[in-house]
Amino acid sequence: MTEVRPNSEGLSVLDRPNSYIGKTVPRPNLDRLMQGRGLYVSDMELPRMAHVMFLRSPHAHAKIAGIDPSAARQMPGVVAVVTGHELAKVITPWVGVLSHLKGLKSAPQHAIAINRVCWQGEAVAAVVATSRALAEDAAEAVFVEYDALDAVTDMRTALDPQIPVIHPSLGDNLAFERILDAGKVDQALADSDEIVEAEFMFGRHTGVTLEPRAVVADWNAAEARLTIYQGTQAPHMVQNIAALHLGLAERQVRVVCKDVGGSFGIKVHIYADEMATYALSKLLRRPIKFVADRVESFNTDIHARDHRCKGRIGVKRDGTITAFEIDDLTGIGPYSMYPRTSAIEANQVVNLVGGPYVTRNYRARARVVFQNKNVMCQYRAVGHPIACSVTEGLVDLAAARIGMDPVEIRRRNLVPDDAYPCTSPSGLRFEQLSHHASLGKLLGMMDYEGLRAQQAALRKNGIHRGIGIASFIEVTNPSAAFYGVGGARISSQDGVALRLDAQGAVICHTSITEQGQGSESLTAQIVGSVLGISMERVRVILGDTDNTPYGGGTWASRGAGIGGEAALQATKILRKNILDVAAAILQSTAAELDIANNAVVNAGDGAPRIELEELARIVYFRPDTLPPGIQPELMATRHFVPREYPFAFTNGVQASWLEVDTETGFIKLLKHWVVEDCGTIINPQLVDEQIRGGVVQGLGAALFEKCVYDERGQLTNANMADYLVPMSGEMPDIDVGHVVSPTLESELGAKGAGEAGTAGAAAAVANALNDALAPFGTIVTEIPLTPRVILTALGRI
Amino acid sequence: MKAAAFAYARATSISNALELLAAHGDKAKVLSGGQSLMPAMNLRLISPEFIVDISGLDELRGIAVRANALTIGALTRHVDLLRSPEIAAHAPLLAEAVAHVAHPAIRNRGTLGGSLAQADPASELPACMLALDATIIIRGERAERRIAAAEFFKGIYETALSANELLVAVEVPIAISGSAHFFHEFARRHGDYAIAGLAALAIVEGGLFKDLRLAFFAVADRPVLVKAADWLINVDVTPALVSDALVALGEELSPHEDQQASSAMRRHLAKVLLSRCVSALLGRPEIKAVAS
Amino acid sequence: MSISLHVNGERVDAHVLPRLNLADFLREHLQLTGTHVGCEHGFCGACTVRVNGEIVRSCLMLAVQTHGASVQTIEGLSDTGEIADLQAAFRDRNALQCGYCTPGMLMAAQDLLKQEAAPDRERIREHLSGNYCRCTGYQAIVDAVETTAKARNGRSS
Repeated sequence: MTEVRPNSEGLSVLDRPNSYIGKTVPRPNLDRLMQGRGLYVSDMELPRMAHVMFLRSPHAHAKIAGIDPSAARQMPGVVAVVTGHELAKVITPWVGVLSHLKGLKSAPQHAIAINRVCWQGEAVAAVVATSRALAEDAAEAVFVEYDALDAVTDMRTALDPQIPVIHPSLGDNLAFERILDAGKVDQALADSDEIVEAEFMFGRHTGVTLEPRAVVADWNAAEARLTIYQGTQAPHMVQNIAALHLGLAERQVRVVCKDVGGSFGIKVHIYADEMATYALSKLLRRPIKFVADRVESFNTDIHARDHRCKGRIGVKRDGTITAFEIDDLTGIGPYSMYPRTSAIEANQVVNLVGGPYVTRNYRARARVVFQNKNVMCQYRAVGHPIACSVTEGLVDLAAARIGMDPVEIRRRNLVPDDAYPCTSPSGLRFEQLSHHASLGKLLGMMDYEGLRAQQAALRKNGIHRGIGIASFIEVTNPSAAFYGVGGARISSQDGVALRLDAQGAVICHTSITEQGQGSESLTAQIVGSVLGISMERVRVILGDTDNTPYGGGTWASRGAGIGGEAALQATKILRKNILDVAAAILQSTAAELDIANNAVVNAGDGAPRIELEELARIVYFRPDTLPPGIQPELMATRHFVPREYPFAFTNGVQASWLEVDTETGFIKLLKHWVVEDCGTIINPQLVDEQIRGGVVQGLGAALFEKCVYDERGQLTNANMADYLVPMSGEMPDIDVGHVVSPTLESELGAKGAGEAGTAGAAAAVANALNDALAPFGTIVTEIPLTPRVILTALGRI
Repeated sequence: MKAAAFAYARATSISNALELLAAHGDKAKVLSGGQSLMPAMNLRLISPEFIVDISGLDELRGIAVRANALTIGALTRHVDLLRSPEIAAHAPLLAEAVAHVAHPAIRNRGTLGGSLAQADPASELPACMLALDATIIIRGERAERRIAAAEFFKGIYETALSANELLVAVEVPIAISGSAHFFHEFARRHGDYAIAGLAALAIVEGGLFKDLRLAFFAVADRPVLVKAADWLINVDVTPALVSDALVALGEELSPHEDQQASSAMRRHLAKVLLSRCVSALLGRPEIKAVAS
Repeated sequence: MSISLHVNGERVDAHVLPRLNLADFLREHLQLTGTHVGCEHGFCGACTVRVNGEIVRSCLMLAVQTHGASVQTIEGLSDTGEIADLQAAFRDRNALQCGYCTPGMLMAAQDLLKQEAAPDRERIREHLSGNYCRCTGYQAIVDAVETTAKARNGRSS
């Protein structure tokens, strides 16, 4: 199923000699990280830099009756203690809404709370000192008087009339509602032989990036310029927003991304405490460093996936799925996050449920309600894990109800591989997916029949193992349809600027960013391949708004598909420019020449004609030796934006094989498989590793992770002993395979792969657990699947 | 999270350590391995004004066999217990248990004395002390005390140790012939605190328990040596008898509820542990499933 | 308090407050920022260093406790070449993505390989079970450690 789109020369740029595309090559510049010589924001020190620590509300909802910083200001090393009122003179508030999410409403949020705190952990004052330890000492001496207010902490009752409205000016606690009604659901359900219903519950998660959020903001008053060092995925977005709210022009703000210790979407948002840090630097006229500690991270990094989703599926005896219906409820924080909004996740759930399947009948309602808990927003695979767990859970329930094998029901209902292009009932346009080919490949990889036989044999000995399958679709390469259309100044295009340096190497500036997924490598691989030079000669510069083209950055799995295409197109132009000069130097024509192995060569027989180093020397230092009239141009810039499809959808399927101890409720994950179709693969190892990392985040969701709030809105497990992240001892090996359906939207044909692992892993595990427990007649539709949940379902406790 | 400021002294001898503790009273904390103290201080859950570092006291190190007892110094690290030939020979339960304590880097610093003095109800070593019928040796300014493990652990983070005393060693009776041990805990991930655990020591002769000491941990505010074991001593152990013992166990325990488990779940897991323990010690697989 | 110790083979004399932990001492006083801080309560392993040859959590040790000790950080292990083969295996297998857990992970992996010649995958996972990685999902790390162990065995046999 590999398609290659030929170019006018008959050979695709992807087929060039010594091409790196499709090759597993080690990422460049890893030595730095392995020797502990990277530069993370938390490592940075600048002259006169001070440290900020935020005093945070212990209450979920309270009026700030008064703040007395006088004692704290006297303490050793304290530079300033700043309240919300004082900071509001320097930085303006914001509202996290987008116009294309009709009806989405939210209230203004300040960098530091003014008058009222709305979640436990919201900052009420900033303590700036010469060290973090001294700031923490001083924070203990800041006296804050709170008048506690009733907190809204249960999404199920947030809209009840007797529950307080968090923002009275908004009228109620409903942030957003979306209704979708496609096809004829009621008729379809009436025509069904069976209807199965279930309520799916998901734990609230958080990213737990190993490097916590960290910012160094450096306002140089003499230059009137703010430099922000931050591990953000979207530096131009941060530049725009910092400038907007601090009353600066964008050109007065530079955002620099050094090494980032993990992000997964956590570091793509705008945080109040980070905005406060920028403002403090401007106010105090010196660099200010903020590094969240682990407890702060749990309390203030965006949370995600706090959903309760009722689902219904209609099915006929012959396995035909007739309809999907969902009613999804999600409880966010007191504010919709800025600027990407906290409605996107629910919106995605509505978009994606039922996506892999042919039925045209689909009805959905999603409601997003405010709560006095931490803010919630996009985290890796945004909404997909919910949609996939609900869809695949319902499909398995339908299969069980009619006594059909879960693979068989999928075979009968997945959209055929030759049905494209087509559109889903929720309006998603698919260019080319490969559900059936992927499923077939998966079954071969896992030896499905063999596992079923093993399962049956072990059951006789009281050992309970289960197989779970989960098909999914995944949004990648988003166009402006995601954010831009709603008014957000988040770019959906990216650019690459290249130059041949004086030694014949290529310096490449790209607007995508690196958090460890391999953005630098994929860029160098593409440039090296398309140009004809070795990767070691490509230096990639990213993460600096002063030194890269304007772009969106890396998120929503868009780096390879969009940034990679920009690199490809820019390199084609540079190649042409070089060949034009070479033709002049060699008295030939560009059509008779090519570039390979760092030299200009004959297109025909490949014989080297002039080294790139020599060509560069002539252009830069001896242009007097060139034929008259030539103005050589050894730089090239191209941008790319998807125009035809709002999103490049990918698809995949996952399988989990696990054993559950029915005496204790403990699950052992034995093995996991993924078949993923993400179009053209630039570096197979990097893609597979993205998938593996994503799967393990999904396995963490399936078994371990949950932010536990009590009824007063206190986060009770804000530490690494009590919020359980997956560690090496409990994780299985994961086999990854691929089907390749390139997108014709770009010459590269690459779609995204970064989030696919997370989209389907929990669904596969939940289906496997229910499969294992089939003899007991129990169904569990809640994650995390803790021993307590399983023992309760089995009736043992 | 940075610890609050404190004064610090390295004790030069046991008596020096005791002087310092006496001088500062409950404003002082003993620093042994630091693997429990430091997290609490970093989180500012506690902010002692004075830290007495006893890690230089070599007289608190060492594992020696004397008469019929193994004397283990308080500063013996978890990793030392894992590596010690004396422990392997005379108290193998300890070596098996300590492999479950946290992770290698923690085991390289954490100490036996520190773990016992901390008395976390979910930790392994206090229960082992109960199972082994150990004696805890405590030094005060005026005298040395010897306390049976059964009397040492009083509650959550609470022991018989007073603020002016130092735990200096434990004495463990040497395993006699017919001795067998069992250790198992249920934890969500490798190295996590147990949700429920059992450290057991038995004398098995002719397929019968001549003695059976079942020390459960993580099921109460302190390790518990259960009386339910008495049901199984010097009798022919049948599945029916084990069932009765499980009922007795269920009545004896009043486990707490927390984020990891409800009271009922802990009670249930304790029963599973007991039946698996008896099954393993007697080599009788049919007993394993009694708790189901 | 005055302390005197060796860090990566170099003698260091310093004057530090008692409350300064070893991780912060290395990072802020010696600018050895390869040792990372991830949680400050001993769970994540990002701060793992060697003290007197054994791995420890540097966030759970006070700098004053290292008086007279020999401390090795990831920079030191890298410069002596002790883990060059392990680092090469990590690179080839892409056993790191963001790199933040990597220094601690390499420390823990080398600790295992020094103690055991032929650890199987389960044993590797167990020894690394105290080092949190959010990026890789661990499999590539296990592969790289396994490959290195086999290569070292091959060399010594």
